[in-house]
Amino acid sequence: MPTVLERLNHALHHALETDPRVHLLGEDILDPYGGAFKVTRGLSTDFPDRVHTTPISEAAIVGVANGMALRGLRPVAEIMFGDFVTLAADQLVNHAAKFRWMYNDNVRVPLVVRTPMGGRRGYGPTHSQSLEKFFLGVPGLKVVAPNTLGDPADLLAAAIAADDPVLFIEHKLLYTRPLLEAGVGDLRDMQIETAGGPYPAHLLRFTPHSHLTIATYGYNFELARQAALDLLYEHEIFAEIVLFSQLSPFNIDPLLESVQRTGRLLTVDEGTLSLGWGAEVISRIVERSNDLSRYYVSRVAALDLPIANSKALEDEILPSQEKITEAAIELYHEEGASHQSSR
Amino acid sequence: MLDNQSLYKTMLRIRRFEERALAEFSTGKLFGTTHAYIGQEADAAGIFAAADPGDVVFSNHRCHGHFIAYGGDPYRLAAELMGKATGLVGGRGGSQHIQWRNFYSNGIQGGIVPVAAGMALAEKVQNTGKVALVFTGDGTLGEGVFYESLNIASLWKLPVVFVVENNRYAQTTPVELALSGSICGRFAAFDIPAWERDTTDVLEVRAAAAEAVGYARAQTGPVGLILRTYRFAAHSKGDDVRAPSEIAAFKDKDPLTVHAPRLGDDERARIEAEVAAEIEEAFTRAASDPFPMMKDEK
Repeated sequence: MPTVLERLNHALHHALETDPRVHLLGEDILDPYGGAFKVTRGLSTDFPDRVHTTPISEAAIVGVANGMALRGLRPVAEIMFGDFVTLAADQLVNHAAKFRWMYNDNVRVPLVVRTPMGGRRGYGPTHSQSLEKFFLGVPGLKVVAPNTLGDPADLLAAAIAADDPVLFIEHKLLYTRPLLEAGVGDLRDMQIETAGGPYPAHLLRFTPHSHLTIATYGYNFELARQAALDLLYEHEIFAEIVLFSQLSPFNIDPLLESVQRTGRLLTVDEGTLSLGWGAEVISRIVERSNDLSRYYVSRVAALDLPIANSKALEDEILPSQEKITEAAIELYHEEGASHQSSR
Repeated sequence: MLDNQSLYKTMLRIRRFEERALAEFSTGKLFGTTHAYIGQEADAAGIFAAADPGDVVFSNHRCHGHFIAYGGDPYRLAAELMGKATGLVGGRGGSQHIQWRNFYSNGIQGGIVPVAAGMALAEKVQNTGKVALVFTGDGTLGEGVFYESLNIASLWKLPVVFVVENNRYAQTTPVELALSGSICGRFAAFDIPAWERDTTDVLEVRAAAAEAVGYARAQTGPVGLILRTYRFAAHSKGDDVRAPSEIAAFKDKDPLTVHAPRLGDDERARIEAEVAAEIEEAFTRAASDPFPMMKDEK
């Protein structure tokens, strides 16, 4: 199977080939280097007039892309490391995300900002973060994260074709991962249901009678999937996974349906724990319930610390398969397990 | 080319609009805040007399003068200031956030500058022959993204006109406390040609703007247009800490006073009457318009 990187590169190539309005902007994206993570490799060779290498100017990269989007083009901007997206926050929050609504739908902003997030490569405090939490809930801004289950090329193609701005979060560790194949390997014993529009949510389960639900997105699905297999084969706990592609705004229904069956929800993401993605997900589940005592919830996320350079410390700070497994076992044994089995 | 009467009328329409807008705060028809262009009218009137009607414009928090000189309807602007459904953007944007045809404004200092550069890039690659004009002030020069934008515009030869209206104050902070070096030198550092004028004479502004805009269009590249001016009104409503004597000393540089002798008394009286009627009509009509309703949002 192709890797996530190959699929993203393919989507960009296809977009440039089929739509003359598509332009790429970013730092160090020209061949032969082809971008820090090689997502843009080959593109400047094939489309030299529409692949623009930029100075180190994140605010201006996204600002220029904004202006291009307002005036008939379809720019795709790359921010080399997601940590640097804070430098472009004004452009995303106060410009791109606002223009359409603020101007009473007079304009559209078909902008895509792609950026790699995530740790575990030993890059330390300013090149390892998952900062997407700061951009969740910004009105007018869609936040999308690919994974190994849906085709990342489809997600990126949809984002480029969309008439409104999309922040596209690519976890660094996904790039070299091959796409999964239904019925094969890790997915051999899992049933998969996919729901939703261009950025769907996926439900993966071994049985209709799961003990708990794990909600996650992006690379952390890799960890959650391994944890689910471990929980099944080592602990006889059936965990089902709801995997989101669209983080904001988002539809809670696919997860709600799952949690209503299992009664137990574990959220897994790589942003810092406090006031993060998991908190919003759990809030939405709870506010849709008329019996709060039905649900047991828990979160696995990064510790509320910068991400250390030392692997020994970084491993402690970030989520891992072991932490997910441990949290799931704990959640499974929460008081009230009887009402699980009574069903 | 606009004649002297038209230039005078444009400036007077801005002046009377802004005076009326400030007055309507006490009637309760306007709420929130506004940033009046009073004193700077020669800049907008001169620049839009030199630009093409199809050019793309990104303006700032002090955008009413630019909008009216661009050819915008004072009634639609008045309705927007009042938060009415008939406003330029249905009451969603208000004074600082308007959009009409190729005119855009936003209330964030600096952020509009790369956006305008990107607009210029889009016009360039689509071969429209349009230039982008972006309005900044001395205060904007404190924002780092301004320089990122000059750099990219120069590297990529983007047809953008960076207008700097130096009205000597960033809100209340005098330029001496906020700006080192020279404004012209900032453009020179990026090899961007710049026209600098210390004038409130609309004819001089128009002449400089014609050269600058013409250069940007002909060369498909960026230019600076630095206009030293003076704002008579407060930054917004009641936040003026300047000495009244300082403001009074600039009164003989009032762009209307400077330009007025080029018109006959009768012409001026006729224009004054026309403008008064137009502004009255704009605000009266806007005041009777309905407020917007929330739409169903996806």
